[in-house]
Amino acid sequence: MVSAGKSAWIPHAVLLLGLALVVFPVYVAFVASSLPLQDILDAPMTLVPGPDLLANYRDALALGTAGTNGQPVAAMMLNSLVMALAIAIGKIAISLPSAYAVVFFRFPLRRLCFWAIFVTLMLPVEVRIIPTYKIAADLGLIDTYPGLVLPLIASATATLLFRQFFLTIPDELVEAAKIDGAGPWRFLIHMVIPLSRTNIAALFVILFIYGWNQYLWPLLVTNTPAMTTIVIGIRQMIGNGDAQTAWHLVMATALLALLPPIAVVLAMQRWFVKGLIEPEK
Amino acid sequence: MERRVVFPGWLFPVLLLGPQLAVTFVFFFWPAGQAILQSVQRGDAFGLSTRFVGLENFAAVVGDPFYLASVEITAVFSLAVAVLALASGLLFAVMADKVVRGAAFYKTVLLLPYAVAPAIAGVLWLFLFNPSVGVVGAALRRAGVDWNYLLNGRQALLLVILAAAWKQISYNFLFFLAGLQAIPKTLVEAAAIDGASAIRRFWRIVFPLLAPTSFFLLVVNIVYAFFDTFGIIHNVTQGGPARATEILVYKVWYDGVVGLDLGGSAAQSVILMAIVIALTAIQFRFIERRVHYA
Repeated sequence: MVSAGKSAWIPHAVLLLGLALVVFPVYVAFVASSLPLQDILDAPMTLVPGPDLLANYRDALALGTAGTNGQPVAAMMLNSLVMALAIAIGKIAISLPSAYAVVFFRFPLRRLCFWAIFVTLMLPVEVRIIPTYKIAADLGLIDTYPGLVLPLIASATATLLFRQFFLTIPDELVEAAKIDGAGPWRFLIHMVIPLSRTNIAALFVILFIYGWNQYLWPLLVTNTPAMTTIVIGIRQMIGNGDAQTAWHLVMATALLALLPPIAVVLAMQRWFVKGLIEPEK
Repeated sequence: MERRVVFPGWLFPVLLLGPQLAVTFVFFFWPAGQAILQSVQRGDAFGLSTRFVGLENFAAVVGDPFYLASVEITAVFSLAVAVLALASGLLFAVMADKVVRGAAFYKTVLLLPYAVAPAIAGVLWLFLFNPSVGVVGAALRRAGVDWNYLLNGRQALLLVILAAAWKQISYNFLFFLAGLQAIPKTLVEAAAIDGASAIRRFWRIVFPLLAPTSFFLLVVNIVYAFFDTFGIIHNVTQGGPARATEILVYKVWYDGVVGLDLGGSAAQSVILMAIVIALTAIQFRFIERRVHYA
């Protein structure tokens, strides 16, 4: 054992500094979301939580602000939730079968199919936004949930992860299934999917966060207030960042926007860390 | 790598592949092809007709002083974000690897920024540093610093760098911590017995063993700074003041959506694609090599 000796407090001090760095911006937002607006405008604001916590969150959730055209934050959160769930579930639902097909079969053009999917890894949606927007418009997908979701599930990350895992399933298992007369469909349902449970959980966390936090694509593809997601809505609430800004409601909305993904990470921390680090190994 | 035992037939696997291939073709290959096509065309003022102009759009982009300024800003921005986020991620990982008590707690809190949207991270930092109402912004002004990122380009760039790096610390921390925990303790102990100091042990043994992780993370961080930070820029500075924070992905969006210069925006997209492909290729070469030596 390498003894730390007298300097054992140093790691704790540095880590506490790190904690402060992580928590401070969120804490200040939390305090602001509990104050009357005037207390924030009379800078400098206090760092002790104020009396208006519930009232501010109620106003944000139910009424929104002038900047959001009266769209309440609760409705934006619902849009974000639908988008995040649809992206997470949709991506898993299309990539698990395709990884299964690529790994457990031999058919013509198999390699080409794999590479066609694989190459999407290289180009994030950000570099092809305008042509993608035009296609979404041609297909009538502007201001719809499919328009929000479909372009974002065209990516190979999940497929690659499943492929890597499927390659580790022992051949004996496949042979036993064949001897028992189980076809590829039964093997998929009764063997492969149950074995993939932890991978599915890990992917779900990562994809939910990815979906909830999307910015550029929802900004383009939604125009009506009814389709605004919370991450986009907050920009409209800030406006020019001048005296007109309802900072107390903006900060309440910021907290509401970051709580769901944080809750998912905390609840599923073990799978999340595994899912994030393992594909790169 | 291939499986030895497989199922027969081709219809079933093709059906399984169908949905993903369909989505990939409609929302990936088609728009990527369109981007390349648009990048060699120019529309008339009314959007009625387009004509082939070869590489004119690219020539216009590369000859545009604003584009070259944007390239420079992107380089400064992404390097600063990567260095800052990597250095603090490594520092916290080294410290978290040393502690026993409270280790799980530190780890949990340090990974929280990963869950925060870049756009929301931008809002949090914007509020801290707002020159009139921000806790830090107001304190700076009271301390005599002429802090106003709405007018000062350098301060604006600094602010978006801080917000972007803050969000990325978690990711680097997790990977460095996993890398540190994979280093055999006996190696470090042997060096300690030979009388190497803690600092020497870190630079001579631990750091070289972390080099593959660091290189992988460097590429990931640069790709992050290039693309995922759009929400930060759009929320905090809108590319300003006077284009001081206009990174490439923001310019693609601005020129295409606000400026309606489709050809120029498409040419910029194609250049960005080339940059990502180069970065990804570097990363894959490196991963293969790592697997080879592992």
